[in-house]
Amino acid sequence: MALLEVTDLSTRFRTDDGVVKAVSGVTFAVDRGKTLGIVGESGSGKSVTFLTVMGLVDPRHADVTGSVRFDGAEILGASTSRLRNIRGARIGMIFQDPMTSLNPVKRIGWQLEEAVLLHNDVTRAEARRRAIEILEEVEIPRADSRVEDYPHQFSGGMRQRVMIAMALINQPEVLIADEPTTALDVTTQAQILRLMKQLQDEHGTAIVMITHDLGVIAELADDVAVMYGGRIVEEAKVNDLFAKPEMPYTWGLLGSLPRVNATAERLEQIPGQPPSLLRPPPGCAFNPRCAYAFDRCREELPELLPVPGKTEHHFRCHLDDAERDRLWAAKQAALAEAEGSAA
Amino acid sequence: MAYFIIRRIFWAVFLFLVATIISYIIFFIIPADPAEIAAGPHATAQIVAHIRKSLHLDLPFYQQYWLFLWNMIRHQSLGYSYRNGTSVRFIIGQDAPVTASLVFGGAFFWLILSIPVGILSALRPRSILDRLSMVFVLVGISTPVVWIGLIFAYVFGYKLGWTPIATYCNFFPSHQTGVCSGPINWAYHLILPWMTFMLIFSALYVRLIRASVMETMSEDYVRTARAKGASGARVLFKHVLRNSMLPVVTILGMDLGLALGGAVFTETVFNLNGLGQALVGAATQDDLPVVVGIVVFATISVIVFNFIVDVTYAWLDPRIRLTT
Repeated sequence: MALLEVTDLSTRFRTDDGVVKAVSGVTFAVDRGKTLGIVGESGSGKSVTFLTVMGLVDPRHADVTGSVRFDGAEILGASTSRLRNIRGARIGMIFQDPMTSLNPVKRIGWQLEEAVLLHNDVTRAEARRRAIEILEEVEIPRADSRVEDYPHQFSGGMRQRVMIAMALINQPEVLIADEPTTALDVTTQAQILRLMKQLQDEHGTAIVMITHDLGVIAELADDVAVMYGGRIVEEAKVNDLFAKPEMPYTWGLLGSLPRVNATAERLEQIPGQPPSLLRPPPGCAFNPRCAYAFDRCREELPELLPVPGKTEHHFRCHLDDAERDRLWAAKQAALAEAEGSAA
Repeated sequence: MAYFIIRRIFWAVFLFLVATIISYIIFFIIPADPAEIAAGPHATAQIVAHIRKSLHLDLPFYQQYWLFLWNMIRHQSLGYSYRNGTSVRFIIGQDAPVTASLVFGGAFFWLILSIPVGILSALRPRSILDRLSMVFVLVGISTPVVWIGLIFAYVFGYKLGWTPIATYCNFFPSHQTGVCSGPINWAYHLILPWMTFMLIFSALYVRLIRASVMETMSEDYVRTARAKGASGARVLFKHVLRNSMLPVVTILGMDLGLALGGAVFTETVFNLNGLGQALVGAATQDDLPVVVGIVVFATISVIVFNFIVDVTYAWLDPRIRLTT
């Protein structure tokens, strides 16, 4: 049994303009010590999925259905007090923007101690000791004096380290990281990822890495799920996905990656905009932007089916197996030619 | 810190000069002869000329202004009323406590009302309470102060007889018999003016606090606090309140500073002899020294409150704390 099992999760927001189908029928599982990568564009429903898992969507505006089982127990729709005991203690969360995710008028030490004191019956002095210890663990220099500082006295990368420290201070079993490196510069990104990997190895934490950066996925994830229009459109072991993606949207994502040894002057891009979740297109949500869409794609939502011969690789696409193989081979050939002419 | 204080002082002096010069210019544009007023209706031309000379009204305006500055710096004097020769400092000393009682008491009540109502409206947008408070805000903002004051005086003072309708009683007890004084009488006589202030200002403040709390609630760090497992009440009191009070402090400082220069309408309706009444009286009688004296007082109170706002701000928000 997986540590965190999400089954057929849907989140719908009631707005003045209508119902926004932010998340539709999402199913996945995360095991202890493993990393699940969730990839998708802005607005694909990846952040909302995990805010729903954490019980952080406002029930006055959102309808949630499905099941979230954490360590064998259902937590979707659990009482606020039960959720509070899980949040920050057994499931930690890191957010995208470290510049705005820390309270600007409270000292760093206070904010870390709060996380300890909310879940442990210890003295403030003990909480302070743990705060300094965890700051040292995320490699903040002079941690014992920096706890007296305010967030604005830290750089962006340092603040994200503090956020990680705060999410990990109670040694949670699951760490949900919502684009933890997006707002950081490249060298800092690498440091933060290395740090997360290291902490995972030491504590056996399960990590959910939400990102739109496939580089981060390749580096860190064991499994990967691609989200589009509020649904999972492809999921696989990370090596399988990079070796042979099955869904045209995933092709587009991989094609948008810059390559050092290619001569193409323009990066490949996916034309068009992400779909409106208020009025999603009928059929496959990707059909208006898909170069290979045909009539069936505009009428019928493709089911999430396994790749023939593989049990852990699923995808949604109406194209038949032979056609997909042919298109992917053509794409690979074009790419190889570009790289070949560069060399 | 030293740099901050020096800048503040320069700014205060500049503000002070601008405010007083403008008062002087306005008076020299108005076609009236203060000497005639001072001399009274039956004075001869000779007496008027004599008075004009003794009040230095024959000098050009920049020389008069210079005299005013000189007297203020050299003798700490704001001059004497043209009309009855009373010292302007004495007038302000007598009237400022009335206005201050009105303004600070009123501020106490409007904050007591608007902070909880504003927070509750923000936490439950579109609830019954929120809708009711928005109606209240609309009424409070669109109703003239004078009308509310008069209705209060009529209903609570005249019809129901619960409160006095007018006049001010000294806070400090007086030993003279027959003089209304003491803290209880002071508060009793100020209830209606305070309630009037409360209604008018809490309308603005409810809206301000509601908007500010709602904005803070949607901040990322509030989500972080909830993800840490903090309860709703803890999030509100430990994370939201202090951040959402910043704009309120700014507006409160401005309102208090300005109101101390005279709450003209409220003072008039309830016949409180505060600075507002004194200012209106002096302005209609071309009593320049009194007007300028009150302008000076108002300017100083605005400057003082701006300073208090800055200090409070630095205390509330470490990002703007001054580096020493």
